Amino acid sequence: MNIVANLPVLVIIIPLISALLIPPIGRLNRTFSWYVAISATFLSFLISISLLDTVMANGRISYRLGAWEPPWGIEYVVDYLNSFVLVVVSFIAFIMTVYSKKSVEKEIERSKIPFFYSVYVLLVTGLLGMIITGDIFNLYVFIEISSLAGYTLVAMGKKRDALIASYNYLILGTIAATFILLGIGYLYMVTGSLNMGDLRERLPMLYHSKVVLTAFAFFTVGLSLKLALFPLHIWLPNVYTHAPSVVSAVMAATSTKVGAYVLLRILFSVFTVEFDLHSVPITKILLLLSVLAIIAGSVLAIAQTNIKRMLAYSSVGQIGYIVLGAALANQLAMTGSLLHILNHALMIGALFMVVGAIAYKTGIEEISGLKGMGKKMPLTMAAFTVGSLSMIGIPLTVGFVSKWYLALGALEAGMWYFIPVILVSSLLTAIYFWRIIESIYFGSAESETGHADYALVHNPHPVFGNRGDAPLGMLIPTLLLASLCIVFGIAAFIPVSVATQAAVMLLGAN
Amino acid sequence: MEMIELILGKYNYWIYIALMMIGFYATIAKENLIKKIIGLNIFQTAVFLFYISIGKVDGGTAPILWDKAVLYDNPLPHCLMLTGIVVSVSTTAVALALIIKIYKAYGTIEEDKILEMGEEEKTPTPGSWPQGSR
Amino acid sequence: MDIIQSAKPLYAIAASLIAIVPIGISHRRPNLRETWTILASLVKFSIVASMFPVIFSGKVIEYPILTVLPGLDIKFRVDALGILFAGTASFLWIVTSFYSIGYMRTLKEHAQTRYFIFFAATMAAVVGAAFSANMFTLFLFYEMITLCTFPLVAHKQTPEAIRGARIYIIYLLGSSVAFQLFAIFLTYFTAGTLEFSRQGILSGKGSDVLLIIIFILFIAGIAKAAIIPFHNWLPAAMVAPTPVSALLHAVAVVKVGVFTVLRVIFFIFGTDLLHHLNLSTIMAYFVSFTIIVASVIALTKDNLKARLAYSTISQLSYIILGAILLTPSSMVGGIVHIANHAFSKITLFFCAGSIYCAAHKTEVSQLSGIGRKLPWTMTAFFIASLSMIGVPPVAGFVSKWYLALGSLEAREIPILVVLLASTLLNAAYFLPISYKAFFEEPEKGYAGNSHNDDTHGHSDSHGHGDAPHEEIREIPMIAIPLVITAIISTLIGIYPDYILSLARDVLK
Repeated sequence: MNIVANLPVLVIIIPLISALLIPPIGRLNRTFSWYVAISATFLSFLISISLLDTVMANGRISYRLGAWEPPWGIEYVVDYLNSFVLVVVSFIAFIMTVYSKKSVEKEIERSKIPFFYSVYVLLVTGLLGMIITGDIFNLYVFIEISSLAGYTLVAMGKKRDALIASYNYLILGTIAATFILLGIGYLYMVTGSLNMGDLRERLPMLYHSKVVLTAFAFFTVGLSLKLALFPLHIWLPNVYTHAPSVVSAVMAATSTKVGAYVLLRILFSVFTVEFDLHSVPITKILLLLSVLAIIAGSVLAIAQTNIKRMLAYSSVGQIGYIVLGAALANQLAMTGSLLHILNHALMIGALFMVVGAIAYKTGIEEISGLKGMGKKMPLTMAAFTVGSLSMIGIPLTVGFVSKWYLALGALEAGMWYFIPVILVSSLLTAIYFWRIIESIYFGSAESETGHADYALVHNPHPVFGNRGDAPLGMLIPTLLLASLCIVFGIAAFIPVSVATQAAVMLLGAN
Repeated sequence: MEMIELILGKYNYWIYIALMMIGFYATIAKENLIKKIIGLNIFQTAVFLFYISIGKVDGGTAPILWDKAVLYDNPLPHCLMLTGIVVSVSTTAVALALIIKIYKAYGTIEEDKILEMGEEEKTPTPGSWPQGSR
Repeated sequence: MDIIQSAKPLYAIAASLIAIVPIGISHRRPNLRETWTILASLVKFSIVASMFPVIFSGKVIEYPILTVLPGLDIKFRVDALGILFAGTASFLWIVTSFYSIGYMRTLKEHAQTRYFIFFAATMAAVVGAAFSANMFTLFLFYEMITLCTFPLVAHKQTPEAIRGARIYIIYLLGSSVAFQLFAIFLTYFTAGTLEFSRQGILSGKGSDVLLIIIFILFIAGIAKAAIIPFHNWLPAAMVAPTPVSALLHAVAVVKVGVFTVLRVIFFIFGTDLLHHLNLSTIMAYFVSFTIIVASVIALTKDNLKARLAYSTISQLSYIILGAILLTPSSMVGGIVHIANHAFSKITLFFCAGSIYCAAHKTEVSQLSGIGRKLPWTMTAFFIASLSMIGVPPVAGFVSKWYLALGSLEAREIPILVVLLASTLLNAAYFLPISYKAFFEEPEKGYAGNSHNDDTHGHSDSHGHGDAPHEEIREIPMIAIPLVITAIISTLIGIYPDYILSLARDVLK
């Protein structure tokens, strides 16, 4: 069997089979479940790199499942956009798996740990599948796989609030997925095809048709919920706050990004730019929503006292950037949007891993509990500082790179008024992050708010094991992502070249 | 005449829309968690019906190989919806499992009562789950 | 104009950056740790100084580092303006390092390692800014300076220090992100590049309205130049230890501000474009407002450091005034004031610190008769005051002379009046201090009257033990630096040619 030729499907099969194998293996030895998870995610990562490499050398890869011809068979397509997002997601998934061991031991019941890893790997399978598939119904299946895995993982959080968060997420997520299913149905109805490439060719003559418009509407709404675009973001804060730390980290760094990827695919590869600009004023709607997301996310983040919730609202804002870039629909802005998929994944991944490390070491989840943490967990806090500076958009960090492209894209589109939005939100971001940095390093004895000991009073676990940084297993992945925030901020040309190619492809002829 | 044709001729769509709205309403408006799930099911079933109904070909017979058949209905939507039903069942299963746990944790499955109970203050230590076995 | 490739700019920056590691490691051995700082400052200055001859011969040194994004390069170029600034700053760092040692040890300050580390980092960023070849690199170092000086401003970690540091960063980060970055986006989009060029990069590109907007955004975005109303961070930063106020907020940070403004004026817009846009006069009046109002506020301040801070705000606008009048003499006057003001102002701040360390006094009203106890300090103070006022033969006179000539060349008599008025105001808030110090009688129970303010510990370097009043004496480690800077202020007033020719080089 030719492995290389079958890589596109192996990137899914390996995690899928591993997910099935983990529970029985975990029965024998709990740690083995972690090893299998690591191997699966690592192999997927390697395959993603290989696919990216192939795409860069040879162009688009088209893979037929079971050698059935499209549009009757399911086709997997790997192009610049896909492979880029595949690498990002599989990399994050792998790093998070390495990170997860200690965190999971502390936050999840021991007997459930193998099941945790099984569902976790299923989540990864679903996400990778969403990215790589070229068949629209296959997309729905993978959306549901990743969503169901997500609901389960979230529900494993410590407090009972996790259950409610998961339930609400389930209801909203299922409605959204069903909308997507409806959209698929309408498209199938008028074209008879489920293959994305095929649809792209058949749809243009149907652009005027109400059926197509309805399908488009259902898609957009359903996907907007998945990627938590304001105002369909309401499930996100509770989910990120109450889920186990690793789950928040992984979902924040990947799920919404993959949702964004799917939206881009539908908007630009199935439908085309012409449709988006002329048939439906979707770009204008998305522009408006993205601005609302950016502002609302930043403002709401300032009001939070729980770190995870603050990061959740911050994410809502950052997703706004991605959509803004896509909706501006020119090459510079789209490049920025795609870059932000990588950059935000790195930043928020690092930040959530820091929060998880703090929770692991001290149980603290309130911002007020972070006073003076700079001395107790210096390296972890350094990672937090780097991530924060990157979010604010200091030059030489990845955050700056995304904003640079978005700003230039806005100017290119003649819509300079988006630049103040980006800049103001950077300042708002600075407010809620700098507040924490100040507290971490310069935490003064008196606190103006009187919340000084709230965390300690309400937290039954006083600071234990406090003279020490996070354990190495958690520290190294965190530092790795944090340093990548700088590496790709300086050596930005690596992701930029891929993102630019992907942007050109999305916006131009296929 | 056109109106009648619109209503009678496309009755499958009307039925599916009605069902979808009923399900949607139930999901959103009902307080009881189980009823919400039921609503969700109705909602999803409506979509299944929609898919299958569009696969009907005038004069076609069930898509099973039969030598006396001239025209078949489109079998693809049926297959797609088998997958859809599987997804729906899985979702329902996860949801019901969640509801059982919610009941154990909160003592109620009415949404308004749960909201009243507010966010939990204490973080339970792992291994000593407060509401019995999980 | 010849361009020479040399990695010296990078080495100059790296000198202090590398020093951070040994400083941190020598955490427990203060003498060793301080040696690293001194060594770094000496090395830095010598590298900068070694480039002087090249620049004097009319050449320019360049050194590209890398391209971050298309159009965004990190690149160094050493030209006359840059080396003037870098030379001043790095030389004064040597002096300040000694001063810091004296100051921090006299007061037995905490977190000294952190202090010296961030000081070194800041100086690396300052030299980086001086040697930036394009606006992106400059912006990068500009922001680095803000971030690296934050721990220095917040050093004391008292509630007021934290409050002051917060105002500091809100003003600096807020204005640079909201306005300067916007201006950079617009500049890049309009001009296609961010490289500094003597002819400016914006002429002929974009409408006049757009260019004026870009200019306004730049001015608003460079709050480090402390133009009113973007000045509040400077008085707020006075909560920092005095060496920080001296080097950073009299020399380095504020000079980066005006330096950036000068880069924008000369190397992004260019004198021709500014003439065309008629911005010269309006801007001149705008900064004149700062010059006068800041001096008036200085009159009302009793706290010595606050008075010096407002004096700085006023003097910085001299530099901008000189540049924006766009006449040969005024521009020279503005540029040389970068160096002249630096040496004089640092002397004044050093004196303030000396007074604080020796006598624990912070308010002008407490300074009666202190000249007798601290003769060196107060004499240096007097000399530096003369420089601020603009009396020959001290440095400040040279700048004022050229500025006055420049305003005549520009036929702006009101500006001349502004200069005269501010000279009088400077006299009004500086001379009384010297008078008080030398000619007034000390307050009753003077020797050792230190219950008034917020000091902790009767510390002096002579170990007098528990006498209820301590002797007020000059502390050598503190007094020597300020005497040196006072002497230099005088020397460059008497022999200004070196600096003047450098300033003229900028404009060729």
